[in-house]
Amino acid sequence: MSALTRWSLVVATWLIVAVVLILPPLLVLSEALRDGLPTALQSLADPDAISAIRLTVEMTVLSVVINTVFGVLAAWLISKYRFPLRGVLVALIEIPISVSPVVAGLVWLLLFGSQGWWGAALDHYNIHIAFAPAGILLATLFVTFPYVTRTILPLMEQQGRDAEDAATLLGASFWQILWRVTLPDARWALLSGILLTTARAMGEFGAVSVVSGHIPGMTETMPLHIETLYNGYQSVAAFSMAALLAIMAMTTVGFRAFFENRARRAALAGDAGS
Amino acid sequence: MSVHIEKLIRRAPGNPDRILLDQVSVDIPDGSFVALVGPSGAGKTTLLRSIAGLDPHSSGLLTIDGRDFAELTPRERNVGFVFQNYALFQHMTVAKNISFGLDVLPGRERPSKAEIDGRVKELLELIQLPNLGNAYPQRLSGGQRQRVALARALATNPKHLLLDEPFGALDPVVRRTVREWLRSLHDRLGLTTILVTHDQEEALDVADRLVVMQDGRIVQDADAGELEAHPATPFVMEFLGETLTFRGTVSGGLFLPETPHVVPFPVAIDQDGSAVALIRPHEVRLTADAGGAPVRRIGSRYGLSRLAIDLNGRIVEVLGASNEQIFPSGAKLHIDAARLFRDGALLSMKDGRHAAAA
Repeated sequence: MSALTRWSLVVATWLIVAVVLILPPLLVLSEALRDGLPTALQSLADPDAISAIRLTVEMTVLSVVINTVFGVLAAWLISKYRFPLRGVLVALIEIPISVSPVVAGLVWLLLFGSQGWWGAALDHYNIHIAFAPAGILLATLFVTFPYVTRTILPLMEQQGRDAEDAATLLGASFWQILWRVTLPDARWALLSGILLTTARAMGEFGAVSVVSGHIPGMTETMPLHIETLYNGYQSVAAFSMAALLAIMAMTTVGFRAFFENRARRAALAGDAGS
Repeated sequence: MSVHIEKLIRRAPGNPDRILLDQVSVDIPDGSFVALVGPSGAGKTTLLRSIAGLDPHSSGLLTIDGRDFAELTPRERNVGFVFQNYALFQHMTVAKNISFGLDVLPGRERPSKAEIDGRVKELLELIQLPNLGNAYPQRLSGGQRQRVALARALATNPKHLLLDEPFGALDPVVRRTVREWLRSLHDRLGLTTILVTHDQEEALDVADRLVVMQDGRIVQDADAGELEAHPATPFVMEFLGETLTFRGTVSGGLFLPETPHVVPFPVAIDQDGSAVALIRPHEVRLTADAGGAPVRRIGSRYGLSRLAIDLNGRIVEVLGASNEQIFPSGAKLHIDAARLFRDGALLSMKDGRHAAAA
């Protein structure tokens, strides 16, 4: 490849990245700051905005914790044991990646909505899932389910069972093996999966939009609130919220890149002998 | 503490028709060094894993000191195990690897930090790596990793040490040193050691007793001398070293070989009939014989000549101090040191001895 071709490719790549990836967040930021930083911050102090931020943080934390626990157990089971229909389970875990989140949201509505299969029965016991935080949590859990499992599964499969067998024979209990042997060995992959789950959970729109009912101050997460604000011509407030969400997500992704880099360096250092 | 195994059967998981261990019975007394040997797929590692309690057996009895193994927790079994690939914890230092068995003890049984550090130091010196406590396993050579795996297995003072192909990944020179060192360690610490290997020479070198396995069964369980003098089946004899086979017949107290130029010899066996004589190449004696089999020198080993003898088209190779110049006109083969087999089993002699004439 000639120097000219190489440079044109580099320039073209950066142009595409600039237009598709860098420009949108910058535009969002500049729109948010159009009337100055104080106005932008003030719009975020609105009670509905604060409620949306709080709901998003709560949903994200809960989904990350729950999906980390189940994701680790699923990866453990799949990588360390052979059981009937194991291959089917591996394929099922990827459903949320392939199915549109809107479809997932609709399914939860069909099950738990007041017109749904179990809606009336649940209403009777005063349990509200559709148009309530519980529904939002279910939708977020569904959408973010695969990430922890998919990031640690290849590593756990590569580890095999010998180290765990060795730990068993040295007298370690199930939990000691999980905490001291299996997870520490997979720690960078696990962290990466958790951060990916976090970024995905904060930004989820489709499934949550269907199941939440869009009630400002109650069931609106940040992405939903942005849509409401924008549709109500409150463009500075919408862009301020969007900028905040983008900053949160990009920080998460930045952490992930940092840790992955560290993991790679740790692996290299181990091989090189330091 | 002795290990006692009776009629152990293990079926393949998910395929009960495939039997991995078939009626295996073994006694391993205190302080013995036993090698499980056999070709791959014989069930050696399966048996070792069953003894460690890593794989469940389908039926049979496994006791340690008279106590049923199934009722003991891994900690109570207190068995040290060294895996074929060492299975070190990659994210822990060598010192942490070694102390793992002590670190996971419940609070009241766990020694103090100072005691654990002392024990690690002691073990690092035992494995001759006193300065590598803070290194990570990736940094170590194969031989060093193997010794760390051994130290980790010894940290909790097990009475039994189980080793799965421990020398497999080492180069031949390191292998020999580690083997000798392991044997001296066994003697010094008063361990009961069970070693799995597919290398019969290694087993003969290091172990007091060999348990020869084939297709999930134990074919013979004896010391090296007994195995050599009275192999239970032709397989045992062939597995333990180079073997020459001569078919023939027992008739009137004589073994009559079918092969030309092989001299008949007297045997103390009553039942006449066909038999097979198996012999080591160095046990064959040659005498000059005009018109005998042509002899050619093809190389040497251990300072002996390797001679190819043409028995009417069948070439056999024997070891001898002499060279072909002594037999310019051909030679006769004397195989009276052979072991005789019939129907896959050793033929016993009338006077109670086996067919092996010394």
